Amino acid sequence: MKINKLYVFLLALALVAPTVVYPVFLMKVLCFALFACAFNLLLGFVGLLSFGHAAFLGTGGYVTGYLMLQTGISPELGILAGTACAAVLGGIYGKLAVKREGIYFAMVTLALAQLAFFFYLQAPWTGGEDGLQGVPRGKLLGMIDLSDNMTMYYFVLAIFLFGFWMVHRTVHSPFGQILKAIRENEPRAVSLGYNVNDYKWAAFVISAALAGLAGSTKTLVFQLASLTDVHWHMSGEVVLMTLLGGMGTIFGPLVGAGVVVTIQNYMSGGELGNYIHIIMGVIFIVCVLAFRSGIVGEFQKLVKKNFN
Amino acid sequence: MKAMKKTLLAAAMSVAAATGVQAAGVSDDVVKIGVLADMGGVYADICGKGCVTAVEMAVEDFGGTVLGKPIEVVSADDQNKPDVGSAKVRQWVEDEGVDAVNGLVASSVTGAVTKVLTDAKKIALISTSASHAFTTKACSPYNVHWTYNVAALANGTVKPMVDAGKKKWFFITADYAFGHALEGIASKVIESSGGEVVGAVRAPLGTTDFSSYVLQAQASGADVVGLANAGADFVNALKTSAEFGLTETADVAGLLVFTHNAKALDPAIAAGMKATTGFYWDMDDQTREWSARFKERHGSIPAMGQAGAYSMTMHYLNAIKAAGTDDADAVMKQMKSTKPNDFFARNAYLRNDGRMVHDMLLVSIKDAASRKSEDDIYNIEATIPGDVAFNPMLPQCDFK
Repeated sequence: MKINKLYVFLLALALVAPTVVYPVFLMKVLCFALFACAFNLLLGFVGLLSFGHAAFLGTGGYVTGYLMLQTGISPELGILAGTACAAVLGGIYGKLAVKREGIYFAMVTLALAQLAFFFYLQAPWTGGEDGLQGVPRGKLLGMIDLSDNMTMYYFVLAIFLFGFWMVHRTVHSPFGQILKAIRENEPRAVSLGYNVNDYKWAAFVISAALAGLAGSTKTLVFQLASLTDVHWHMSGEVVLMTLLGGMGTIFGPLVGAGVVVTIQNYMSGGELGNYIHIIMGVIFIVCVLAFRSGIVGEFQKLVKKNFN
Repeated sequence: MKAMKKTLLAAAMSVAAATGVQAAGVSDDVVKIGVLADMGGVYADICGKGCVTAVEMAVEDFGGTVLGKPIEVVSADDQNKPDVGSAKVRQWVEDEGVDAVNGLVASSVTGAVTKVLTDAKKIALISTSASHAFTTKACSPYNVHWTYNVAALANGTVKPMVDAGKKKWFFITADYAFGHALEGIASKVIESSGGEVVGAVRAPLGTTDFSSYVLQAQASGADVVGLANAGADFVNALKTSAEFGLTETADVAGLLVFTHNAKALDPAIAAGMKATTGFYWDMDDQTREWSARFKERHGSIPAMGQAGAYSMTMHYLNAIKAAGTDDADAVMKQMKSTKPNDFFARNAYLRNDGRMVHDMLLVSIKDAASRKSEDDIYNIEATIPGDVAFNPMLPQCDFK
């Protein structure tokens, strides 16, 4: 009951937030929060550290951007197409990667993501270093003009809530129970008769699709798809967000994304702008050394309650 | 009741007055100029904090206020990333009331930023970007491109060499938008002057080992090896060329050379190399006077983009003063109808497509013996008239 109240409170907060805070900033937080939630599904609930999630974020972004620019289809179709492409790519990459475990899994995903990076760097339709610029936001369902930031914000919020619900639903389903079982003790899950690789693969595809959804939405918000989205830095950033917020918690990625994006946003203009990577690095080290379960994880320990 | 009527009337009048001011005066009672540049990366030296200093100097020299309203300068680091830059500029114009954005270095960032600014009807004051796209295929009524572009570099450096009989060219090109644009336009200039491009090789941005590229250039038998790259890439490519003896068998031409790169190079390697620049501090008394002031504040001589940022800010503020408003359309019209004339802009005018046409300089790097100080880098060989240096205006970019 208490938890339901928490959800209602957070939703109300999300609804009124753009009247106080700059909406584009909030949309950025929501996009990265969705990306981190997708990543957390894999790291926090299956125990798979993918180091190539930027490939899915970028694929969603580039496909949506290209379609919106070249064919002028409506934004919901553009986002669906971007998400679908990311899911397909996730299907292929996942099939190859789940054959390996631990550090090898991380390395395989990183290598595959680098392939994607060089593809987007060299392909003639992606604009190379320039990226896809000036992507129109279009009209939702052919009616609602998204060029207004407030309208766009509620559209992005709806997408985020859908993604968040997907993750929540997955984690709390019987399927999610098996994923957690795999995380806790894989040989035991095998001995119980589960085809572990198929479960991992399914989780990988869901995660990739949601990452693609985040990328597609981000492209519409910023009207730009660029190499930053597919660079391995981005894969690292999402690890930082998840660990900082608390991996394996439902709200962790949201909090982590909020903190990281806020730090990046407010420091890029100031005197500390040059030291941003150092500061992020120090935060990461402190987090890993001092509070390993992340902000939300530590908070849960403090109040002795599980918000999942 | 009466009192209420009075209040209402007063309120209505103040609203009317406020909207009246907005139409003809300064929006938000402040003129805000944003400076967006790479502050800590590979391009930090050619614009970066120096551009911020230059813009601040211009604001101070102008008097700190325009039409009775204060002028404010804000700055941000784009990290050479289009997404970072365009997000920052979007926030500036939508949330913080910025009227114009100055600086602008990496062409990829500038492309993204100018789109945001055009949508918001705000002015882009481009100081250091090289691509000519902002006044051609991506032209906009709100783009102002000062200092130089790839066309001026190609016409300034390449054409005289081809005319002097260096017909066979080979390019070592930085593998991204700027390098491709520079190689493309230089190739056109070579072919139209009767020369020939015998080959080209693409090196990624940030390459440190150029030996394989230099060997390919050497094997091509070209008269001239054009380096279509910039900054550290240019320096590394040139050093490697010297080590492999390429500089003795062929001419090596740097297509985009900034003063601080030229300064960092060993004169034994670089002496005699020709380059095209939009500005050189030691040209005459006017440039020396301004550059000395700049050096005192910033610690080094100005790069051409930094001098351009000052000149452009001055022209922008003068236009606001003359137009009586900071409304972008009125200011652009004013900027195009008056000719800029200062230490930087010689025989200059702002074309309708936003290209600022001015005299460019063909310089050559001095040898060690003839340098009088550490900043004494160039001999000025010739002045290239603006109409010869820059690309002609496209009809679809003729914004009245």
